[in-house]
Amino acid sequence: MPQFTDLFFYALAGLTLLFGFLTVLNPLSRSPVTSAMFLVLTILCMAGLFVLLHAFFLAAVQILVYAGAVMVVFLFVIMLLDLKADQRRHFNKIAVGLGGLSTLAIAGTLVASIVKTIPVSQTAGRLAEGETKALGRLLFESHILPFEILSVLLLVAMVGAILITKKDLR
Amino acid sequence: MEAINYLNPTAQMILFSALKIGVVFGVVMTAVAYAVLVERKVSAWIQNRVGPNRTAPFFINYLPVIGPLLVRLGIFQPAADGLKFLLKEDFTPSYVRKVYFWLAPAITVIPALLTVAVIPFGSNLGSEKMVIADLNVGILYTFGIVSLGVYGIVLAGYGSNSKYPFLGSIRSTAQMISYEIAMGMSVIPIFILTESLNLSDIIRYQAENGWMIFKQPLAFVIFLIASFAETNRLPFDLPESESELVGGYHTEYSSMKFALFFLGEYANMIASAAMMVTLFLGGWTLPFIDALNLPASSLLLGLIHIGVFFAKMAFFMIVFIWVRWMLPRFRYDQLMDLGWRRFIPLALANIVVTALVVALFNN
Repeated sequence: MPQFTDLFFYALAGLTLLFGFLTVLNPLSRSPVTSAMFLVLTILCMAGLFVLLHAFFLAAVQILVYAGAVMVVFLFVIMLLDLKADQRRHFNKIAVGLGGLSTLAIAGTLVASIVKTIPVSQTAGRLAEGETKALGRLLFESHILPFEILSVLLLVAMVGAILITKKDLR
Repeated sequence: MEAINYLNPTAQMILFSALKIGVVFGVVMTAVAYAVLVERKVSAWIQNRVGPNRTAPFFINYLPVIGPLLVRLGIFQPAADGLKFLLKEDFTPSYVRKVYFWLAPAITVIPALLTVAVIPFGSNLGSEKMVIADLNVGILYTFGIVSLGVYGIVLAGYGSNSKYPFLGSIRSTAQMISYEIAMGMSVIPIFILTESLNLSDIIRYQAENGWMIFKQPLAFVIFLIASFAETNRLPFDLPESESELVGGYHTEYSSMKFALFFLGEYANMIASAAMMVTLFLGGWTLPFIDALNLPASSLLLGLIHIGVFFAKMAFFMIVFIWVRWMLPRFRYDQLMDLGWRRFIPLALANIVVTALVVALFNN
């Protein structure tokens, strides 16, 4: 039923954009907790988009990692900091510049990858083995180097985070 | 019934799915109500009391011997409890953040109920598989949904906008995230052995090669203890520890909203019990008897399979309840120590050892 999937796609894509917009610029509330909750909804809708692409593994991991773990910690920090309104209005020029720059960079990467992507119908049919297995093979056989680099990067970030929380280094 | 055969496959699928969802929802809700009764009865027996034995509806006088027995067992108590929750005043304090205060109970219950969707609670009845959604990534789905459950408690603490609930929700967040890691890692050896994330495949593997609890006892122990922490049950009930935090995250809640938190806790227990049965105790199978180990060939066998699954699940529910009334609460630093410095390294070692054994001996 192609019409059904199309309907779901447009609904989910629309909701993703709407929730994403409400995360950044919510006319009803300026509370950072509300923003974080809308970001969670955005992530859930994106997981729905993955499901429509039959990428069940990615959808499950998206919910598990981003919605279930990362965002909970974000929320946790936001609640504990409890920023006052005047502190939130304060803009740091360097931060705004760097933020804009990285946004542009990410947007450029996204557009480039969309332009360069070959539609699935031209490359291959359905995978014979399970989709999770195929993903594992791709990661550990043809893309092992970038995968390992990313792992090391994550490890460095983790060690860094632990170091920051240590008060006295011996 | 003949009319079903004339429907197209999609309509049949929708009809049967709706039927399964309805039945499973009803069964889980009833199970929650009676789990509360069992909890009260077991706690009473452990503490040398009698427990609920008075609730009697008007028609009980017409049943000669059975009636008084049912009353003494407290069979009608859940109905009275439910009615009480519905009829009590639903008080909303003036200082709460209303939207989150209202959302939190719902967000607690929904994930607990969604988890049940992927659990195969029987082989098949006729040609219909006894699982609502036979997902390829069933187990990851469960973990994903369970990890969303923490929002209910976080938002309850934030929405209540007062000290004790907030402290409770902070404790809960840290606790649930910590034990989720241990729990997630404890099941990775199972994937390594079964080469699948599908829960039906995992049951099939166990029917052929013996139950997982004997192959992965360490994984089972970690999963069992982590599920106590995930469901906020004693000895890990620090989020609501009444001696320090009044009632923790649900201090400000009353009436049906409080009942929803209660319901969420028990539904979570049922979901964890079902997961443990599926992952470690072979689901609906029983070894040594072929008729019980293979998918059912008749309606009666199908029903027996469902019965076996529920019996195993009831066993874990009793364990949950029994432990709660036998053990004192952990201290918070002990809880964190156990999670991060005992279970996570143990689970990691278990993964490495299992992977090594599979790599060395399976080829």
